[in-house]
Amino acid sequence: MNALMLTARLDIAESLRARWFMFYATIFGGIVVLLFVFGLTESRILGFTGLSRLLVTYIQLCVAILPVFILITTVRSVAGDRDAGVFEYMLSLPVPLAAWFWGKMVGRFIVVFMPVFGAMACASLYALVRGIEVDWNLFLLYTTLLVALAWAFLGIGMLISTIARSPDVAQTGAFLTWLILLLFLDLILLGVMVREQMPVEFVVALAVANPLQCFRTAAILLFDPQMVVLGPAAYVILDAVGRTGYLIFAIAYPVALGTLCAGIGYHLFRRGDLP
Amino acid sequence: MITFNNVSKTFRRHKVLDGVSLTIEKGERVALVGSNGAGKTTLIRCLLGEYLHEGEVSIGGLSPRGHRKDVLARVGFVPQIPPPLKMPVGELVGFAAAVCNSDPERIIAMVRELGLDWDQVRRLPFVKLSGGMKQKILISIALGRDSDLLIMDEPAANLDPEARHIFFHLLHERKERAVMLITSHRLDEVAALVNRVVEMDQGKVALDDRVADDLEMTAKLDGIIRLTRAEPAFARAMADWNFVCNDGGLTWTGVVGGPDRLRFLGFLARYAGLVAGIELK
Repeated sequence: MNALMLTARLDIAESLRARWFMFYATIFGGIVVLLFVFGLTESRILGFTGLSRLLVTYIQLCVAILPVFILITTVRSVAGDRDAGVFEYMLSLPVPLAAWFWGKMVGRFIVVFMPVFGAMACASLYALVRGIEVDWNLFLLYTTLLVALAWAFLGIGMLISTIARSPDVAQTGAFLTWLILLLFLDLILLGVMVREQMPVEFVVALAVANPLQCFRTAAILLFDPQMVVLGPAAYVILDAVGRTGYLIFAIAYPVALGTLCAGIGYHLFRRGDLP
Repeated sequence: MITFNNVSKTFRRHKVLDGVSLTIEKGERVALVGSNGAGKTTLIRCLLGEYLHEGEVSIGGLSPRGHRKDVLARVGFVPQIPPPLKMPVGELVGFAAAVCNSDPERIIAMVRELGLDWDQVRRLPFVKLSGGMKQKILISIALGRDSDLLIMDEPAANLDPEARHIFFHLLHERKERAVMLITSHRLDEVAALVNRVVEMDQGKVALDDRVADDLEMTAKLDGIIRLTRAEPAFARAMADWNFVCNDGGLTWTGVVGGPDRLRFLGFLARYAGLVAGIELK
């Protein structure tokens, strides 16, 4: 097995043993269980019933929870390992730096994505067994959107971990990043900026650049692409590029952003002091 | 084999290494001593390619930063503070052996030689082991492969006398074909292991001297210590050295590893007022 896969496997095994992972998996598993318990599959909203209704709600909850979980756990683990001397020892072994960095990224991606996907997949299986209708196109699309969202925030987390020299600074940086991206969602600060008649290009550019906004817009446009729900900036973008164009952008952009951030992180990691 | 050429390292305008130049040849066993903040750990991290620095560091003509894989495959490193790894010992050994292209059985054999029950420790999380057990695992990983550069930060500090003797024996087996760089705050901890002493102070080499020692690293000395009166605290300390007494605490007999004799005499110095006679031969 090559060094990248060895590092990824090691990171997965370390994460599975960590307390944060149990908590993280419980949260996402718990959300799905609660949605079932509260009878969401029996109710109807905007024409959605059955498992589609559950998935729509689940994906909305993921917008709020998933990014902050990925950011905080990634920076705590990576910056914490460096601070505790794990890097000093592990990087004294002949592991190529690229294998170490990208192996950690791959391992962490699997660890953060699997509980979210697993909860969704278990819900679908349960729905099948219970004879509830499953919209597999929606399932596939949401899975792809979750992959893109998880990768984007993992890349941002790896970049913050590389720049910050202590776990506390890294954690603060991660939280602030999440907060800023959250505040610049369409219905929050962007809405205020539109009301204050700031240049529309600027507002739209901010909306396009925000991976949280991309995910939210793409998730909503699948069931209710109205301006009052989407927000003004998303509505303008959607009007310009169309439904399919936006979905392609909402998947490609976060993946590119995550890869770019991780790439910059790797460049800084390779060119700086390792422990 | 190892060359430091005018190596300097600065952290936020604080110069931790200041123009260090050293050449270490094969067969040399170097004690790197100095107080806290003298620059020992920083020098080692530069040697491991973990820190960027001014000047040049090379191992066998290769830069440890530019040729990580080739250089580090030859390096066995034991850090002063074991990393807090949650993974089981078996997993750590497996990972280290895999990235070093080494046979894990060699590391496992070394673990057993140092007195650990492999079947018992392999499933235990590394972080839950005692200080001595962690050190034995890290020493096994460093020595259980074809490393010809051993970098050890206070390697024997947490080992019991028996394990220390085995450890010295293992180092002795490699003394002709390997370079050893052993750091310590105190020279008496490592003096008998080395044939050269480099003392660092405020980032500079303050002393670079050779050590002449006729005693083999594997030698064992029979010791007899006589006291003027029995003392419970002394008796407890002597038990740690595996010394025994048959006359109510006045005469103690046991065996001291050759490289441990300075450390042993240092310990006896604390009870100088009680000691009536010392014999080591």
